[in-house]
Amino acid sequence: MEHIRTPKVEQVRLLQCRGGQRKTLLGTLYLSATHTIFVENHPETRRETWVLHSMVSGLDRPPSGPTGSQLLLRCKDFRVIHLLFPQERDCVDVHASLTRLSRPESYSELYCLSINPNTNQEEREKSWSLVLPSQDYQRMGLPNNLWVATAANSEYKMCDSYPAQLFVSRWASPAILMGSSRFRSRGRLPVLSYFHQDTLAAVCRCSQPLSGFSGRSEEDEQMLTAVMKANPGSDFIYVVDTRPRLNAMANRAAGKGYESEDHYGNIKLHFSGIDNIHVMRSSQQRILDVGEQRTPSMSDFLLGLENSGWLKHIKAVLDAGVFIARAVADEGVSVVVHCSDGWDRTAQACSVASVLLEPYYRTTKGLMVLIEKDWVSFGHKFSHRYGHLDGDPREVSPVLDQFLEVLWQLAQQFPCAFQYNERFLLDVRSHAYSCQDGTFLGNSEKERRALRLQERSFSVWSRLWRDREKYWNPLYRAEQGQSQGVLRPNTTPYCFKMWKGLYSPAETPAPQPKTPADLLSSVMEGSQQLEQELANQQERLAALTGKPISYQKVEVPKRKINQSQLRYSGPDPPTTYSYPITSPAQNHGSFHRASEAANQKSRRPDAGLCLPLEPQGSGKGRDPDDLSSDLESGVADLSVGDEVIGGQDGEEAGLSSD
Amino acid sequence: MEFAELIKTPRVDGVVLHRPFMPTVEGTLCLTGHHLILSSRQDNTEELWLLHSNIDSIEKRFLGSLGTIIVKCKDLRMIQLDIPGMEECLNIGSSIEALSTLDSVSLMYPYFYRPMFEVIEDGWNSFLPEDAFKDLESMTEEWRLSEVNRDFRVCTTYPPLVAVPRDVDDDTLRKAASFRHGGRFPVLSYYHKKNGMVMMRAGQPLTGTNGRRCKEDERLINATLRPGKRGYVIDTRTITVAQQAKARGGGFETEANYPQWRRIHKAIERSNVLQDSLIKLVEACNDQSHSMDRWLSKLEASNWQTHVKEILTTACLAAQCIDREGASVLVHGTEGTDSTLQVTSLAQIILDPTCRTIQGFQGLVEREWLQAGHPFAQRCSMSAYSNSKPRHEAPVFLLFLDCVWQILRQFPCSFQFTEQLLVLLFEHAYASQFGTFLGSSAAERLRLSLPEKTVSLWSWVNRPQEIDHLSNPLYEPNSLVIWPSVAPQSLLLWEGVFLRWNRSPRCQEEAHEEMVHIIEYNKELQNKVNSLRRQLAQLETQEPLLQTP
Repeated sequence: MEHIRTPKVEQVRLLQCRGGQRKTLLGTLYLSATHTIFVENHPETRRETWVLHSMVSGLDRPPSGPTGSQLLLRCKDFRVIHLLFPQERDCVDVHASLTRLSRPESYSELYCLSINPNTNQEEREKSWSLVLPSQDYQRMGLPNNLWVATAANSEYKMCDSYPAQLFVSRWASPAILMGSSRFRSRGRLPVLSYFHQDTLAAVCRCSQPLSGFSGRSEEDEQMLTAVMKANPGSDFIYVVDTRPRLNAMANRAAGKGYESEDHYGNIKLHFSGIDNIHVMRSSQQRILDVGEQRTPSMSDFLLGLENSGWLKHIKAVLDAGVFIARAVADEGVSVVVHCSDGWDRTAQACSVASVLLEPYYRTTKGLMVLIEKDWVSFGHKFSHRYGHLDGDPREVSPVLDQFLEVLWQLAQQFPCAFQYNERFLLDVRSHAYSCQDGTFLGNSEKERRALRLQERSFSVWSRLWRDREKYWNPLYRAEQGQSQGVLRPNTTPYCFKMWKGLYSPAETPAPQPKTPADLLSSVMEGSQQLEQELANQQERLAALTGKPISYQKVEVPKRKINQSQLRYSGPDPPTTYSYPITSPAQNHGSFHRASEAANQKSRRPDAGLCLPLEPQGSGKGRDPDDLSSDLESGVADLSVGDEVIGGQDGEEAGLSSD
Repeated sequence: MEFAELIKTPRVDGVVLHRPFMPTVEGTLCLTGHHLILSSRQDNTEELWLLHSNIDSIEKRFLGSLGTIIVKCKDLRMIQLDIPGMEECLNIGSSIEALSTLDSVSLMYPYFYRPMFEVIEDGWNSFLPEDAFKDLESMTEEWRLSEVNRDFRVCTTYPPLVAVPRDVDDDTLRKAASFRHGGRFPVLSYYHKKNGMVMMRAGQPLTGTNGRRCKEDERLINATLRPGKRGYVIDTRTITVAQQAKARGGGFETEANYPQWRRIHKAIERSNVLQDSLIKLVEACNDQSHSMDRWLSKLEASNWQTHVKEILTTACLAAQCIDREGASVLVHGTEGTDSTLQVTSLAQIILDPTCRTIQGFQGLVEREWLQAGHPFAQRCSMSAYSNSKPRHEAPVFLLFLDCVWQILRQFPCSFQFTEQLLVLLFEHAYASQFGTFLGSSAAERLRLSLPEKTVSLWSWVNRPQEIDHLSNPLYEPNSLVIWPSVAPQSLLLWEGVFLRWNRSPRCQEEAHEEMVHIIEYNKELQNKVNSLRRQLAQLETQEPLLQTP
């Protein structure tokens, strides 16, 4: 609290710009230890805007105008809060307070550790058990006769940025592990990230080898051979170096580098050309500038998009994932992935590949598990990358942003493949930056354990899981074509779009249109109620007639729609034709017959054509892996009509209900 | 002329057809007067039927004695035919070229096509001007239907009936017509029920370099203003282009002569520029080897999206003047048959919920494009692959459809139809078995006897099965004015047309099926619950009777 120079300023104006409309709200500004809160004066609406201090990435004080002194709060979710103070002194005070509050110097200043965790001990413990990497290894059927758990890193002695629990090839002896670890940057030896149960191929991750120009390590070479042996179906492995080839070569001068195909038998090297964190940081700044341009022309926009290079980087990340997924699924070949340290680009490539390979990771819970495993536990440096503490700005980089954006781009191509929606991706991103809960705090598992985070804070996953209805994609069907099997995205440049929801959310049509997702969700909610009513009616009917209850199901066969190919592939209806071809010009009548035949042909035998109907409502059916459904009860929507940046906690939310 | 003369080789065996996202088919290639047909002559195998008029250009290649013809269609599809035998290939190639560029309208397929579907409502009578005027009459008495153009003498490109201010007589109209490009005097395009404001369209005024004026023209457009109100003239050209037009006898309304009107200039490009953009855009979309940088810079260089933005912005401006400013609007460019129609028709989509229904949208196309005299025959005779130098070709209508798609995408629940209707209109505007898009004006359509000799596209579209197919499952009637965002980041490339043949549609179709299914399941449940409710109510009233016999 000692950093707050003035806790309350009245008659402050909040300038808003949405959908081309400018609006000014008059209200009171409060500074708390954790939030900046603006409460509108208007007695009816009293709209509130909450900004978590850790969501503020920058403060600007443009020159004062006749209406007062201006203060801009630039948030990490790219929103800008524009405030006008009648007194310059207040503006200076708020600016100074926020400058300090938004740049905490130690973890203990962070919001997630500033709450009293003992009030809800049981809930806290449960929150940490919701998402565990160990569940995921179990799900993959590990350990098995190919991959085994090793205790080599249980005290973080072999590698301090790796998790305690590691899975390695059965053919890798402790000596090989030790030797390989010594030959890898920061001791990050090749360990399992994903095991594909259909092909028995695996995705392994590590950091670059300390090879220099000619150095080699027998154990490291044996380590990769062990990886190959753990896949009975192939006699080589791919080593994917996710860096541009030139960067990898330059690293050799520093005694690092990449695997030589001469030294390692049976490997094939592949470079993915993903640029480093510094390139990505400045690229994101440039695409942000594109989104913030005032009334740009189409050319300004497209050239700005091109010059930012952002979509090129997104494509590189997806391409890396596609390469790995193809190797594993189509060729049945295991892949070892690394970059320099193996905690940024490697995390991106492995997790993108996992999402392409494994339908489970396209579920809400699955994505949580994947981030917990490939990012949190494997030492992606969240606190450095997302600037949780005042520190070196050169460590900050939008690495997770890019992974989440790849998922968004994929969802554009596969609208039915993901259980979650865009909101979920945006919220996960916000949480990574705001560090509102303990999950993303710190840079490694070792550090988190030392901080005793599980005793002092909550896990973000239970918060997100509680809201899963909000994140639900109504088009998702677990049993449907694109939700199943391997995703094979098209990565031609024209398939990538600017993620407007993140980079330019204010540009909306007016009045704010209903989205298909909103409409479908409300229809589906209606259907659930109808199902309930139908069940009740059938019970009453049975009671009245004395006949046994017969739960009749309502079934609607799914219609096959083949829009672009069959119906309109030419302006002439008979695109398919099954009469003898003797005098074609006179026969045009076979369209319906033929299109029916074609429809039947394309119809797969599909048992899941109609929705399963359960009289007790299908809420459960949505979450096949619902481990803690009790968490959902009694949670009210905290912020209807209010703007919350970085969230607010339950107690304070009580203030805001109107 | 007989078609047979043009068909040098009517039939070749062993031809292999390659199409995007479909299996290759080997079979017999046949050429008829209007179609290119490839059949495998096996049951249940898909065949290709392609209208010659849909073929934009062809490319021939030879490898030994195997010839390959790449057929590039006006709907932007490309197919490849491998034809054994050099002579056959050359013959087929030259036959296609001849048949796809027939000059005479009367040889076009619509004159030969006989519908194999039942015509429920003859589309030629579906959208008559007198019917549209009945709606207007129910709202206001300030307008009348004039027959001044009954014999197309006053304006060759206007329909026989046009709506004009009640107080203006036909003589004034005739004089005003002589002062407007192509005789296109100001006529009513849209009446905004909410506030009684109107949108009119016309050709440019023929002021010339010496600043000619026409009292009748001034009287005509002033008659649309309420007392003390000002109106807006939206000139779709830049001030420079409008100035230059004076040298050729054209011009614009000066403040001195039209003191009650404020003129705004916009910058919608003319037809040759648009055609060039289309060619560049399609070329960029078809080259899949581009890097991201190259793709974005080619997309930018095509300027297509710039046109979309400019047209939408101008339409929003017109709508804004009417709805927000409460002012009447007159829209024109040079001829008043291209950019003018883009603006007036899009403004109506923004303002008028009726235009967002399937029937209403057809009516809009009929009124603002077909009746209003957009020269379809000239504009749509060639598409993006044509090798010949464009003369009057331009994707004016396609740009309009693209803009509608942008609004539809931003308001996905406010339209009764899906993107498919827009794609369908694009296809049929360029090549069709129906007569709707033949000819360039009402006069020409009459002269060609299209209503008697050809089938209307609307007869095909307005059958239940087709309507069902084009319906948007998410439609919720929205009576509001809808304002699309015209920021560049809100405007996307229309994948449904430009990437249609470059990527598999399957996943998007699955999504559509899923939406349809969710909605239909809900309706079915509702029906079931309602019927059980009735059954229960009946049982409950009978129950006491049963218990006391």
